[in-house]
Amino acid sequence: MQVAYYPGCTLASKAKAFDQTARWVAQKLDVELIELPQWQCCGGLVPQVTDTVMGLLAPIRILADAQAISDRLMTLCSFCYNTLKRANFAFQRDSERRQKVTDFLEQQYDGNLKVVHMLELIRDEIGFDTVRSKVTKPLTGVRVAPYYGCLLLRPPKEIGLDDPEDPTVMEQLLEALGCEVVDFPRKVECCGSFMIAHRPELAAQCSTTILRSASSFGAQLLVTSCPLCQFNLDWQQMRMLESNGEISPVPVIYFTQLMALAMGAEPHLLGFEQHLVDPRPTVMELGL
Amino acid sequence: MTTVKLSSRRLSTDLLREIEELSGQNLYACYQCGKCSAGCPLGFAADLLPHQVMRLLQFGMVKEVFASQAPWLCVACMTCTTRCPKGVDVAKVMEAIRTIQLREGRGNIQIFLPPAELVAEIPQLATVSAFRKMSL
Repeated sequence: MQVAYYPGCTLASKAKAFDQTARWVAQKLDVELIELPQWQCCGGLVPQVTDTVMGLLAPIRILADAQAISDRLMTLCSFCYNTLKRANFAFQRDSERRQKVTDFLEQQYDGNLKVVHMLELIRDEIGFDTVRSKVTKPLTGVRVAPYYGCLLLRPPKEIGLDDPEDPTVMEQLLEALGCEVVDFPRKVECCGSFMIAHRPELAAQCSTTILRSASSFGAQLLVTSCPLCQFNLDWQQMRMLESNGEISPVPVIYFTQLMALAMGAEPHLLGFEQHLVDPRPTVMELGL
Repeated sequence: MTTVKLSSRRLSTDLLREIEELSGQNLYACYQCGKCSAGCPLGFAADLLPHQVMRLLQFGMVKEVFASQAPWLCVACMTCTTRCPKGVDVAKVMEAIRTIQLREGRGNIQIFLPPAELVAEIPQLATVSAFRKMSL
């Protein structure tokens, strides 16, 4: 299976571990990822007001470039996924803005490209049974909590990946890897998002609530698909561990890292050294 | 308690119409159940909760809403949007409020700079998104 791939700026720098494990896992699952030959940042957020065109240019340019390669585009970062999918949604439905964007870009795009998240691709096309068959080190007994955050699920009318209040795609994946899934009530709550860039203390408060909840439900690892959720929870957890010990470490890793671990990737490929709260002691303790 | 003076003149301002147009939402659909506010992750820090913003707009009190920090604390997590039983996209209303203020060059935007060691660490998507929200 071939699919166009858009890594996005954070996966090319601060979240390299996410990118490199995803590429490794894709290869294991016989998916050929074709990275766009040239790409730029998607803009991080899609404009939500009805008359803004500028914020659509970057994502639509990416979609137009992807259409030259494939009929669908895979992303991993929840922000990129949300931005590309919502920009596509607006482009498909708003003929006025569609015309303006097309005139400006001087690039042909028909709006028919499908934006897919790797989780979607695994669930809908590859199948959890295939994932299960590639597992060489089942994570039996490891208590992992899936953390979805916001942008992978919302707004449901435009994203439609899963049930916005009680999603199950990551749970199914974790089960396929042999993990014990920890369901906790804050799994779709916001981590404070980009508030970390201008009011870090507020983002910290949001993240604290999520970490306390996951920890109190006995999670040993948290799994996410968003580099910003990963950072916010990682950073705040580091501070909590340094200052008071009210929680035991719950390292926050990408679902692709966990997949690579269960599929027998070499430890140096996992990129665990890139995290603030090092997952390696936990992973060692669990005998993985 | 603050006394609020209501008059029908306030209900048809250009700004109110602009908020409705930019957001594509019917502000009067809100029936104040408060579900948006119950789920708002940043409600604890805001001077107005989402349902209060909606109520003030219904009364045409745009000035009061523009004086509030609430729309600037909204990170568009879209929990309110997802849960509204009347289908009001509150996150879009918040963005319309920000957009009008940005376009008019007014508003109360403050860029807070995080500590230098954090700037070096945070993923670029956080900086990109924060500045996207704070600018046009």
